[in-house]
Amino acid sequence: MQILVLVSTLLVLSLIGYYLGRSRAVASVSGEASRLHSLPGYYGLYVALWCGVPALIVLLAWLSLEPWIVERLLVASLPESARSLPSDRLALLLNDIRNLAGGNIVSRDVDPELRDAANHYANMRQIGTWAEIVVCLALAVAGIALGQRYIAPDLRARNKVEKVVMAFLVISSTIAILTTIGIVFSLLFEAIRFFRLVPPSEFLFGLEWSPQTALRADQVGSSGSFGAVPLFAGTMLISFIAMCVAVPVGLFAAIYMAEYAHPRFRAAVKPVLEILAGVPTVVYGFFAALTVAPFFRDSGGFLGLDISSESALAAGVVMGIMIIPFVSSLSDDIITAVPQSLREGSSGLGATRSETIKTVVLPAALPGIVGGVLLAVSRAIGETMIVVMAAGLSANLTANPLEAVTTVTVQIVTLLVGDQEFDSAKTLAAFALGLVLFCVTLCLNIVALRVVQKYREQYE
Amino acid sequence: MSDTAGTGTVKTGLPRKNINEVVSAGIRRRYAAERRFRAYGLAAIGFAIFALTTLLVTIVGTGYSAFTQTMLELEITLYPQDIDPEGNRDPKVLSTANYQALVRQSLRDLFPEVTTRQERRRLNGLVSDGATFQVRRAVLDDPSIIGQRISILVPMSDDIDQFMKGHISAEVPESDRRVSDQEIAWLERLQDRNLVHRTFNWTFFTSGDSREPELAGIWGALVGSLLTMSVTLALAFPLAVATAIYLEEFAPKNRWTDLIEVNINNLAAVPSIVFGLLGLAVFLNFFGLPRSAPLVGGMVLALMTLPTIIIAARASIKAVPPWIREAALGLGASRMQVVFQHTLPLAMPGILTGTIIGMAQALGETAPLLMIGMIAFIVDIPQGVTDPATVLPVQVFLWSDAPERAFVERTSAAIMVLLSFLIVMNAFAIYLRKRFERRW
Repeated sequence: MQILVLVSTLLVLSLIGYYLGRSRAVASVSGEASRLHSLPGYYGLYVALWCGVPALIVLLAWLSLEPWIVERLLVASLPESARSLPSDRLALLLNDIRNLAGGNIVSRDVDPELRDAANHYANMRQIGTWAEIVVCLALAVAGIALGQRYIAPDLRARNKVEKVVMAFLVISSTIAILTTIGIVFSLLFEAIRFFRLVPPSEFLFGLEWSPQTALRADQVGSSGSFGAVPLFAGTMLISFIAMCVAVPVGLFAAIYMAEYAHPRFRAAVKPVLEILAGVPTVVYGFFAALTVAPFFRDSGGFLGLDISSESALAAGVVMGIMIIPFVSSLSDDIITAVPQSLREGSSGLGATRSETIKTVVLPAALPGIVGGVLLAVSRAIGETMIVVMAAGLSANLTANPLEAVTTVTVQIVTLLVGDQEFDSAKTLAAFALGLVLFCVTLCLNIVALRVVQKYREQYE
Repeated sequence: MSDTAGTGTVKTGLPRKNINEVVSAGIRRRYAAERRFRAYGLAAIGFAIFALTTLLVTIVGTGYSAFTQTMLELEITLYPQDIDPEGNRDPKVLSTANYQALVRQSLRDLFPEVTTRQERRRLNGLVSDGATFQVRRAVLDDPSIIGQRISILVPMSDDIDQFMKGHISAEVPESDRRVSDQEIAWLERLQDRNLVHRTFNWTFFTSGDSREPELAGIWGALVGSLLTMSVTLALAFPLAVATAIYLEEFAPKNRWTDLIEVNINNLAAVPSIVFGLLGLAVFLNFFGLPRSAPLVGGMVLALMTLPTIIIAARASIKAVPPWIREAALGLGASRMQVVFQHTLPLAMPGILTGTIIGMAQALGETAPLLMIGMIAFIVDIPQGVTDPATVLPVQVFLWSDAPERAFVERTSAAIMVLLSFLIVMNAFAIYLRKRFERRW
């Protein structure tokens, strides 16, 4: 809340800076704006930037560093007996001090020492907050003063302002790269810690997955085994079922829409596909668990088949429905991109429409469609909510779609929802799975995008 | 036609009649294939429509009944000696008084013949625990009613509610049913005295989550969604527009910009759960931001929607014809002025459309938020972006896991609310596109 007030104060100060700068610039040429190098507004912006930018940068740095520094100071102020605690016990103690200072429930008896530490902590936080406010506001005011001093008729205000804007544009455009780097490093870092506990060969080729590690060394039956093959198999099974639904339906729908449909029919059906694409995955998951899975189970019982109520079939079919619009819109684009002259040539030779499509249009569009299908596969592999809600939890190495299987994403969610300790193989395994997921989808995406792009260039 | 067929006869030596038959049979076959092919296409579209209708019908069919709630009209005597023995109307005393006993007493007054402990407990179970809070709120709002006999509508328990809505059938043998025969008999007597009403379920829209289905609402999740979306919008929109401007208007064509482009395209296709892992490892563990907070959720979703908005914004900026830029440059504008005073305003409708679609995507996203702990059970309405909160799709996920029958209809109802938000957002995006679309 204080931060919000502080930021709005900074914004108001910048606004004041804008008007001060503007009027000073106009005054410096005694009202003849044409003698200024830039439009008066640029002088205002110049001062406003001087006011806002340094203060905001300092504020950001402060916010990200303050907790760390305060913690260091707090640890330094603790008695020697507490400082020598192992790091996890120390973290618990610090947590208790923080909770006590914040008026929350504390997990241990409150002794005077703890109370002192909490007071000290609260004090430091308060001093920190006030110092932050004072420093930021002082910087803002100093910025205005400094900017004002620089204003002169021949100050190249526009160029300077534009340089700052340009810097902002460049920095923004690197966010995409930073995100990728962040993903790669966060996954890699935790995965390496995991591979120190479990060898990669066991993870990649082991046939047994039961991530429950023992709490005590002498506990029976939960040594934890991290062979991810059943998860990969389950993911592939469900994705395969999804593709069996999505590819034919999506492709035929796209062909009909692109080649046959009356514009009015197109206008009526397109929204249906768009709505299917816009339905959140959690809704599909609920639909799968509430309607589709029981339906398959009951009809299986009717036919004398034993279908699990968390069968791969139900999750796969619903996931396929989710992916239909994805396949159809990509294929639609690609089919309409096939040049009309090819169709006309084929029709001129006497082929019917379907023959034209089968022998001319589809072969021409095939690379693009393959690319689209690859993108769809990567969507299916990474899809989470449907499988979390409709597929099973137990790792089951089977190719039978009527049984329950589990997937990589389901395991990531189950391993990470709830309390986590970042030194157990169980939690770290989720990051290793995430790394595999990221690598596989990345490869699929790169190949698919290449294929689609090549195809587009062919006819452009 | 017959002439060509005739020459054909001569050349191939086949009888004249035959070739006609062969050709027309071939044409028949080919036309049948044509019709089949069309039918496949129509069947595919039919399947998609069927899937969508089944989905919507299921959701609405199970969800519509959650918008009403069975209420019991209770006459409660607010004895001053129970609520406020000292008579000074101290709010602290008022809020700690035993209202539960009053509610139970009033139920017992309705059925004086109920005496055994077990039966009494069952009788008390007819109304929700929320009744107590409701009476307390009524007293705190207006202490002058103490000493009077008030008539108040209190929610009935979820099982009774489900029975009244017909979701629990009386045909089922008693042992398999959540409502006993005796409770049904009580309920019938209450109905005869016209004390049972079905009213609009305001609780559903005004309260936070609860373990009791009849007290659970989506307001907390809605506020959480709103806070999260504000953070997402505040971060994603400026960054995405800036990136799009840079890439379209200023970026030199070199390896660096190629790399940026490849990255953006790939990020658009990275599974959302990976963004959740990023949020967990970087925002929570590295920067130590609070768990379950809309701030972190918004940041993760912003990273996720950035590519969508960037791609839409780039397409929209690209669509502005070059002669606009040339004309402005010719009049002496700087490149930055061209962008901010001409290109950007013209591209804005397209950018906004893309932004709304990206936000709609973010609003429905669940998986990454599970990773950063927005799945906690939170009763309070969040007050700021650092308070623990949950969002609408996660609320759907949480409720879908609950065993009570009453939560099924609430899940569906929450989905209906979520879907209507998405439809409104998408409709607005389409309107923007239609209204401001320009063809140059």
